[in-house]
Amino acid sequence: MYPQARFFIRTALLWLLAAAIVSGLLLVNQAFGLSPAIAALQPTFYHLLMVGWAAQLIFGVALWMFPAYTKEQPHGDERLGWLLYVSLNLGLLLRVIAEGWLGAGGPIELGWLLVVSAVLQVVAAAVFVYLIWPRIKGRAGPPRRADTTRKA
Amino acid sequence: MPPLGRLMVRTALFWLLFGFTLGGLVLANKGLGWWPFLWRFRASHAHILLVGWTVQFSIGVAFWILPRLTGGSRGREGLVRLGYVALNGGVALAFLYDLMVASAEPAVMRFLPLAGGLLYVAALALFISQLWPRVLPLPEVALSSSPGSNSSDSGSSP
Repeated sequence: MYPQARFFIRTALLWLLAAAIVSGLLLVNQAFGLSPAIAALQPTFYHLLMVGWAAQLIFGVALWMFPAYTKEQPHGDERLGWLLYVSLNLGLLLRVIAEGWLGAGGPIELGWLLVVSAVLQVVAAAVFVYLIWPRIKGRAGPPRRADTTRKA
Repeated sequence: MPPLGRLMVRTALFWLLFGFTLGGLVLANKGLGWWPFLWRFRASHAHILLVGWTVQFSIGVAFWILPRLTGGSRGREGLVRLGYVALNGGVALAFLYDLMVASAEPAVMRFLPLAGGLLYVAALALFISQLWPRVLPLPEVALSSSPGSNSSDSGSSP
């Protein structure tokens, strides 16, 4: 497995751990009614699980295992891979911070962090689609040479 | 990757982009509260990303990468194609429901989730029926498939 894919998969595992912790908090809060701020973390929990864990794991494994883009660049442009990694994780992190803070009665201006988070996550999805689309090919399609397709 | 696997993975990527964009709009609205009507798309955003993206992508990859049956077959592709149509029809109906919930006839709105749910069940039954026999132990794979057909971890297309 190449290093970038390891970053994706290990970070996915960290988000899974975070999701498990938030899920535990939600369950304890449900049982003992500790704070409405904890109850407000329900959507955060879903997104930790589905974006931080599931989507990121899929992204990492797909970038690693899908048919090679070219012989020279089997995983496509790795700089775009890093853009995907940073925008996905920063977007999710901003969501966790802003949603948690707003739930605890933070200033309403924090809503702009949710907008930034949304933009970053949409950018991440678009970059993944751009990176993986040319790698969806049959056996008949041999890996293209980088110099005849697009620049790295 | 076989043509049907490519179709499923590409359609899953379409739903990924659409679902993230829709979710992004809902999230931005949560932050700013400028477009309250967007809130209604929360449920279909979840359907699009859970079923249209995650489930479809994983089934598309499973259809490509699971060991083949005797003679190199991937099962009855017509049934998998039918499952593909049913799955995407169900996701489209989930989105249509949220799109029309404020304006359409109540009778129609009762029909849409029912039809969507039945399409999901049909799709998953078809996929499971075709993937189940391909979950084979290694010696059977070696005996039944053509050379090189189960190379699943090298980044090449089996």
